[in-house]
Amino acid sequence: MTDIAREGHRGRPAAQHADLSQARLRRRYAAERRFKLYGVLAICLAIGVLGILLFSVVSKGYTAFVKTEIGLDVYFDPEEIDPEGTRDPAVLADANYDRVIRDAFERTFPEVSERRERRALSDLVSSGAWLVLRDRVLEDPSVIGTTERVWFRASDDVDMLMKGYIPRDVPETARRVSDAQIAWIDALDEAGQVGTRFNLDFFTAGDSREPELAGIWGAVVGTFLTMVVTLVLSFPLAVATAVYLEEFAPKNRWTDLIEVNINNLAAVPSIVFGLLGLAVFLGWFGLPRSAPLVGGMVLALMNLPIIIIAGRASLKAVPPSIREAALAVGASRLQVVTHHVLPLAMPGILTGTIIGMAHALGETAPLLMIGMVAFIVDIPSGFTDAATVLPVQIFLWADSPERAFVEKTSAAIIVLLGFLVIMNALAVILRRRFERRW
Amino acid sequence: MMVMDRSNRATAPTAPAPGAQAEATAEATAGVYGPLKISAQGVDVFYGDKQALKQVDLDIHENQVTALIGPSGCGKSTFLRCLNRMNDVIESARVRGTILLDGQNIYDRDLDVVTLRARVGMVFQKPNPFPKSIYDNVAYGPRIHGIGSGKAELDEIVATSLERAGLLKEVKDRLHEPGTGLSGGQQQRLCIARAIAVNPDVILMDEPCSALDPIATARVEELIDELRENYTIVIVTHSMQQAARVSQRTAFFHLGELVEVGDTEQIFTSPRDERTQGYITGRFG
Repeated sequence: MTDIAREGHRGRPAAQHADLSQARLRRRYAAERRFKLYGVLAICLAIGVLGILLFSVVSKGYTAFVKTEIGLDVYFDPEEIDPEGTRDPAVLADANYDRVIRDAFERTFPEVSERRERRALSDLVSSGAWLVLRDRVLEDPSVIGTTERVWFRASDDVDMLMKGYIPRDVPETARRVSDAQIAWIDALDEAGQVGTRFNLDFFTAGDSREPELAGIWGAVVGTFLTMVVTLVLSFPLAVATAVYLEEFAPKNRWTDLIEVNINNLAAVPSIVFGLLGLAVFLGWFGLPRSAPLVGGMVLALMNLPIIIIAGRASLKAVPPSIREAALAVGASRLQVVTHHVLPLAMPGILTGTIIGMAHALGETAPLLMIGMVAFIVDIPSGFTDAATVLPVQIFLWADSPERAFVEKTSAAIIVLLGFLVIMNALAVILRRRFERRW
Repeated sequence: MMVMDRSNRATAPTAPAPGAQAEATAEATAGVYGPLKISAQGVDVFYGDKQALKQVDLDIHENQVTALIGPSGCGKSTFLRCLNRMNDVIESARVRGTILLDGQNIYDRDLDVVTLRARVGMVFQKPNPFPKSIYDNVAYGPRIHGIGSGKAELDEIVATSLERAGLLKEVKDRLHEPGTGLSGGQQQRLCIARAIAVNPDVILMDEPCSALDPIATARVEELIDELRENYTIVIVTHSMQQAARVSQRTAFFHLGELVEVGDTEQIFTSPRDERTQGYITGRFG
């Protein structure tokens, strides 16, 4: 080495020596630039794919946040609603409001007389439209006998037509809306009797077989209940486990074995946890099917290794000097942990927990196994009620044949992604807020 | 796991190990020094299979500074950490022998290690204040030991401790700011204040000035000299000048053995062992 260096010094002309190092310098710079370029390309690719995904979801889903409405001049016919004039709420609630709507259509299109055509005409509004009339009458019985413009939710086919998802230029037999119906809609549209409005019901209604009536509130409540169970079960258990293994347990073959198994559990496919839940929680413990309680328990099992691993990592990251300082003033081991180590590790543990919860929020497979895939219309009111969760709701809607469920599916995905973004943002904020330097 | 070999307890005091002229020196000068505070007898320490200390016998007297010197890895820090059982937390460490604090074996099974550490405080090489306020740093020890009930009493303890550590003047307007925001020298004095807040008998210092600049070092050394009046101090140091400046007695460790112990002046002027001679004249270490 020294010989070569000396040789270079003496034997070669200085210019050649410089040239050589210049070339090497250039190569080094080129290599660094290339590496940087690969990195930038990879990030661009990732952002591009993510952008395509988001664009596809949002462009398909945003229309679900508005609904098409049809305005009709309704004559609240006393003969139909309250023939005896008692104004008894029970009678009012029981009246045949479908008939009232049909009459309103007939007055708007008096030329329609054939029975089948009349049926097709009243199919323009949702089968749940009569509820609007009933609520209006119950709220203010004095409308009976008057005429009022009432806006009804359009049926899913009309909704799709107005949003442009059903093409008008294909043969009549190839689409779900007939030529006559299109003509009526266009006539109504021209008269200003077709409008769009924000679809609040999407956020407040439960699931339904009618796409225009289906909402995600049931799934959101189910998700919330499930997540509560998951958090309450997994967080304290996981933190206690992490603290014990990291701070108190002796390092021997048993703890090594436990550590290996925890790491393995984090990699077990989630459907296996679902099967375990089915066999143990449903089969053996006899807990109710489709309940958020069981869903939460299964997800908690899945979550445990994730939080334990994150917790141990952040406990390990607390500098030993802090532990020594506390021990040296006479703190017991438990006091060292609860007064110093745990508070310092908490931001990391919370971040791990939130990421684990976000993971659980998007989980579908294990919940299929324990029956949370059922079609449930009611909003769950407790941990043992039958319920479904957002990702399962997405799965169910994606499986439905109606065209209108496509936009519902995408809209539900947008809501789910929104929750995930909020949770991850929360993790970042918590970490920033509580991170302490020493 | 800590394992105490009880059989050693009986034999160690009566059968001094070879080269234990330390004992003789201590006895001869016992009149000059204060009463005996700590007496280590036949202390062996193992880290796994490696023996870090071999049959150390050392007496530490009240109200004076004992310096432990020696090259890196000679076992002086290990010995220091035996005195308040900080080696307990090291998984592979085993300690054998007897260490008497006021005549009581601190490795006795009945002894409560928390009480021991309240009596034997410690200051570390790197300043390690808690990431809490200056006030909470000092008040932590008294709080967990139930010293000073009520806020007024605790305020008093914090103020006295900071005063004794020579830090009160510099921080009295910002007691509720984080202790980690102080300079290195101030942090180290804060750690000393934290240690004396629980009113210990003994303060162990493990190279307390090695992370400090010369001015902060001088300040801490001054402080050590003042603290000597009320506390027994054992200090590990790499700097022989520091040992000469602050201590009354010096113990020289080499390769896990206690080579020589005596008056600081005697150790630095006329060492008996040639290894000590070699170390203090800078031939090795």
